[in-house]
Amino acid sequence: MNAQPIAQPAVDPAATYDVASVRRDFPILSTTVRGKRLAFLDTAASSQRPLAVIEAVDYYERHSHANVHRGVYQLSQRATDAFEGARERVRRFLNAASIKEVVFTRGTTESINLVAQSWGRRLQPGDEILITWMEHHANIVPWQMLCERTGAVLKVAPIDQRGELDLDGFKQLLSPRTRIAAFTQISNSLGTMLPIEAMVRAARAVGALTLIDGAQAVAHQRVDVQALDCDFYVFSSHKLYGPTGLGVLWAREAVLREMPPWQGGGDMIRTVSFTQTTYNDLPYRFEAGTPHISGAVGLAAAIDYLEGLGIERVHAHEQHLLQHATAALRNVPGLRIIGEAARKGGVISFLLEGVHPHDLGTILDAEGVAIRAGHHCAMPVMEFFDVPATARASFGCYTDETDIEQLLGALATAREVFG
Amino acid sequence: MDLKDLYRDVILDHNKHPRNVGKLCPCDTSAEGHNPLCGDRLSLTLRIEAERIADIRFEGKGCAISTASASLMCEAVKGQSLEHVEALRANVHRMLTGVEDPPAGIGKLAALAGVRDYPARVKCASLAWHTLQAALQHRAAETGTATVSTE
Repeated sequence: MNAQPIAQPAVDPAATYDVASVRRDFPILSTTVRGKRLAFLDTAASSQRPLAVIEAVDYYERHSHANVHRGVYQLSQRATDAFEGARERVRRFLNAASIKEVVFTRGTTESINLVAQSWGRRLQPGDEILITWMEHHANIVPWQMLCERTGAVLKVAPIDQRGELDLDGFKQLLSPRTRIAAFTQISNSLGTMLPIEAMVRAARAVGALTLIDGAQAVAHQRVDVQALDCDFYVFSSHKLYGPTGLGVLWAREAVLREMPPWQGGGDMIRTVSFTQTTYNDLPYRFEAGTPHISGAVGLAAAIDYLEGLGIERVHAHEQHLLQHATAALRNVPGLRIIGEAARKGGVISFLLEGVHPHDLGTILDAEGVAIRAGHHCAMPVMEFFDVPATARASFGCYTDETDIEQLLGALATAREVFG
Repeated sequence: MDLKDLYRDVILDHNKHPRNVGKLCPCDTSAEGHNPLCGDRLSLTLRIEAERIADIRFEGKGCAISTASASLMCEAVKGQSLEHVEALRANVHRMLTGVEDPPAGIGKLAALAGVRDYPARVKCASLAWHTLQAALQHRAAETGTATVSTE
C-alpha cells in the first residue's frame, strides 16, 4: 500500500461552478420579458424554483396527498411520511439537535410573530428587547406590538454610514433587563452581514435569548444552529428556492418546551373536552390546523437541490458576482451604492442621480431586468440614509455575469431617457 | 412597449422643471399625500376664491411620474372652477385606469395616458389628484388637515 499523502490542488470553488447548467434547472429563466431576456435580479425578495422543486410538489399532489397525522389509510401515511421527512430534512440542513425543534410556519414573518406572541407572554414592564437599525419590518413590528401589550421597551442598536452594525453600540444597549436580542444575519436592504457570532455571545453574557432572522442568509451560506448557539433561527422557504407560504421556526428545545401554544386548533392538541384541553408534544403544539404539506415537500426538495450544488460553492459564486457587480456599478457615472459594509451578501442597493428608483425600476423592466425599487420593508434604513427608496439588485445561485451586463446596459438606457 | 409612451417629453420636462412648486401661506385648504409603496410624498396648498382655485402649490419628493403629474395638475386646475376641476379629476382618473382614451379638452394631461400600460405606476400618477380631492373634501368638511394615501 502506498501511504504517501496525495497533494490536494487548491480549487477555487467559484471556478468550478457551472452557472449555465444551474440556469437550465430553472425553467422561468428561459422566459422573455417584454421581448427581452429575463435578467432576474430580485432573489432577495423571492427566489425562483428549480425543476426539482416543481416536480417534487407535482409528484406529491398527484400521488401522495391526504391530510397528515390523521388517517389510518395508506395515502394519509404517505403524506405524513413526506411531511415529516421534510422536517427531518430541515433538521439536518440546520444541524438542529432534534426534529422537536423544527416548527413549520407560514414564513419568517409568522415565525417571529410566534416567538413574540408565545415566548413574549412572559415579559414584564421594563423588560428590554434589542434589535438593530437594519431590521426588516417583520423583525420590528412584532416586537413593537409585544412592547405595547407588556410594557417592555424596544431598544435599537445603531448602524454607521457604511451600513455596518455598531457592535460596541449593540453591546452598550445590552443590560440585565434585556430579555431577547433579535437581529438579521444579512440585511435585506443593504446586504450587510452582521457579526452574529459576537452578537450572540454578548447577548448570552447578559442572560438574554437570541433570535436570528436568517431569511436572507440561509440560501447563501452554511447555517449550523448549534454552532451559532442562538435560541431561535427563522427563515422562509421561498427565499430558499422552495414554495411560498411556508417557513421555519427553529428553537432550542428547552426554550420551546417552556413556551405556551399560540394558535389553538387541530393537530396541536392531545385531548379536548369542554373543561380541559391537553396539548400535543413538540413541535406539533405550535402547528395548529392542516399545514402547508406540499410546501414542506417542496422545501425539502429545494434543500436537496441546494446541497447538491454545494452551498459553499454557491456562496463563492455569489461573492464573486458581488465583487464584479460592485466594481462595475462604481464605474457608472452618478451611481451611488447604499450599504458598503466590508462583508456583504449578494445584495446591492443603489441610487442613480436624477432618476427616482421607481422610474429606474420601470425602465430596467423594459430592458428585461427585474430589480426591486422601494423601501424594501426597511423604512428606518431609508430614513437613516435620508432616501425615500433605493433600487436593489440581488443575486442567487443562477445569477450570471450576463445578468450584470444587462443591468449595466439598462442603466445606460435610463440615463439616456432622463438625459 | 416603448418607454417613450410613458416618459413623454412633457413628463420629462415637468419632472426636471416642475411648475407651481412651493407652499401657500396662508392657504384656504391643504392636504398631504403619501404613496407608501415608493415613498412618494406630496403636500398641496390651495387658495380658493369664489369657488375657484385661485392659486395652488405643491411640495414633495417623488418619481418622475408623480412629480410631473403634480406639476401638470397644478397648471391645469389653477384659475378653474371647483366644478370644472371635479369633472377634470374624474376624466383623468378614467384615463389613468384605462377606461377610456384621453377625453377631449384634457389638454397636456393626456401626456400621462401611457401610465395605463404600467399598472404598478398608476398610483404614482394619481397621487396628486387623490391629494387634491382630499384637500377639497377637507375644505368642504372644514375639519382638521386631511391625509390621503394611495394604499
